[in-house]
Amino acid sequence: MTQLPTSTEKKLGLVIDLDTCVGCHACEISCKGWNTVEYGAPLSDMDAYGGDPSGTFLNRVHTFEAKAEGCASQTVHFPKSCLHCEDAPCVPVCPTGASYKREEDGIVLVNEDKCMGCGLCAWACPYGARELDQMAGVMKKCTLCVDRIYNDNLPEEDRIPSCVRTCPAGARHFGDFADPESNVSKLVAERGGMDLMPEQGTKPVNKYLPPRPKADVNGTQMPALEAQSEEITGFLGWLDRTLEKI
Amino acid sequence: MHPAPSVIIFSTISGLGFGLMLFLGLGLPDVNGWVAAVFATVALGLAVIGLLASTFHLGNPKNAIYAFSQWKTSWLSREGIVSILTLGTFFIYATLWAFMDMRIPALGYLASALAMTTVFTTSMIYAQLKSVPRWNTAVTPLLFLLYAAAGGALLSNQMTVALILLGLVFAFQSLAWMQGDTALTRSGSSIETATGLGGLGKVRLLEKPHSGKNYLLQEMVYVVGRKHAAKLRVLSLLLVALLPALLILLTEVNHVIVAVIMLSHIIGLFAQRWLFFAQAEHVVGLYYDAR
Repeated sequence: MTQLPTSTEKKLGLVIDLDTCVGCHACEISCKGWNTVEYGAPLSDMDAYGGDPSGTFLNRVHTFEAKAEGCASQTVHFPKSCLHCEDAPCVPVCPTGASYKREEDGIVLVNEDKCMGCGLCAWACPYGARELDQMAGVMKKCTLCVDRIYNDNLPEEDRIPSCVRTCPAGARHFGDFADPESNVSKLVAERGGMDLMPEQGTKPVNKYLPPRPKADVNGTQMPALEAQSEEITGFLGWLDRTLEKI
Repeated sequence: MHPAPSVIIFSTISGLGFGLMLFLGLGLPDVNGWVAAVFATVALGLAVIGLLASTFHLGNPKNAIYAFSQWKTSWLSREGIVSILTLGTFFIYATLWAFMDMRIPALGYLASALAMTTVFTTSMIYAQLKSVPRWNTAVTPLLFLLYAAAGGALLSNQMTVALILLGLVFAFQSLAWMQGDTALTRSGSSIETATGLGGLGKVRLLEKPHSGKNYLLQEMVYVVGRKHAAKLRVLSLLLVALLPALLILLTEVNHVIVAVIMLSHIIGLFAQRWLFFAQAEHVVGLYYDAR
């Protein structure tokens, strides 16, 4: 079970467009909502209304700032969830066989009926994609909404992951990376889709599109204000001189 | 990484137990009857207490039975299987030895080999993780084996062997700390590779995804008490190796001295194992601008 398939028929995954993401966290919330009422144990919150709340999320949105020497900084919103790696390090370490990667579509899942909550898979994942639910005691992770994408009871437009369906900016795309003609493959080819931490050798399926290069990063910077040089008169002038004396 | 007391107790105490089994399996010390029974009980007791402690950090222990199933890929599963085999083999060997005065050397060697294999599988649970560069080195299994063997030598009163092993512990532990301190940098992972934004310049975290704590931070970005690390390292080496070595060399070793040696060694071992976890930086910390 925990042996990774040598290859998968499809490579389903996400493209996340860092140029378009506005950092609204809607994907995070819709993910939490869907996965709390659907697949497996709900995503619990601990001390939700108290002074020290925490909870299980399968998707979290960080915000980074990148700044080159002598240039203005750029803000990049950065949603992060399971990358459904081809060489997923979380799967072979699992002692119970609860973690597995599906041969048919490459989705990495946890069978909660076998998970003993040892947490080793979360340690093995470099990306922090797995969180041990503190109430259920089992490992939770992105399922790529496996209960939506094949669900004939849903209208066709809803048969995509909840985060993709929700994203108001159109920054998230779902598709099959094994098909070079798919929407996601084309996006990756056009925009230079990249892997996160490629040096970890995980071969992530999900790709991130880097922010498009700005024509002039410094173009929008205002010139610095000149220092106030003229003599101040009136009340403010008196205040200035008095404060100076104290 | 979070230094969970259950995991620290497990790896130290069971390590001592399996270390003692190594020597008892080799027929050292050369005792029999009730003395052998006491030695064997200590070895089994330490190993079993340690293994039981390791189950306390499970979120869902009712599924622990499945942990024996994935030996093809999982070091944790292998550890479970080998530890049970070791306990069984050693129990039969020790029972025949202590109660029937029938020490079977071949069975003893098998128990010794299995005991060291168990310690090796434990160490590989950590050493296999590329995500924790400090652990991802051959020195990790070497050190686990050395610590277990040194503790076993002390417990089985093999003081000459113990001196050599404590010397090796001292040397390789120092090496592990020196290498470990640069391991994350040398791994090539940085906030730039983690975000893929290195092309835009120097990257920093502008805003965390949430204001509170979360499982990832508690489990893998544990930084509490790291400021005492330098002091603890010195203290650990002093107690785990130097003081026991000095006592062996300079005193007439009797039961009281052995008790002092063991107490010192075990406290030093706890400090070492605490540092092993608390100082291990997981690369997920890069997403939180923390190490």
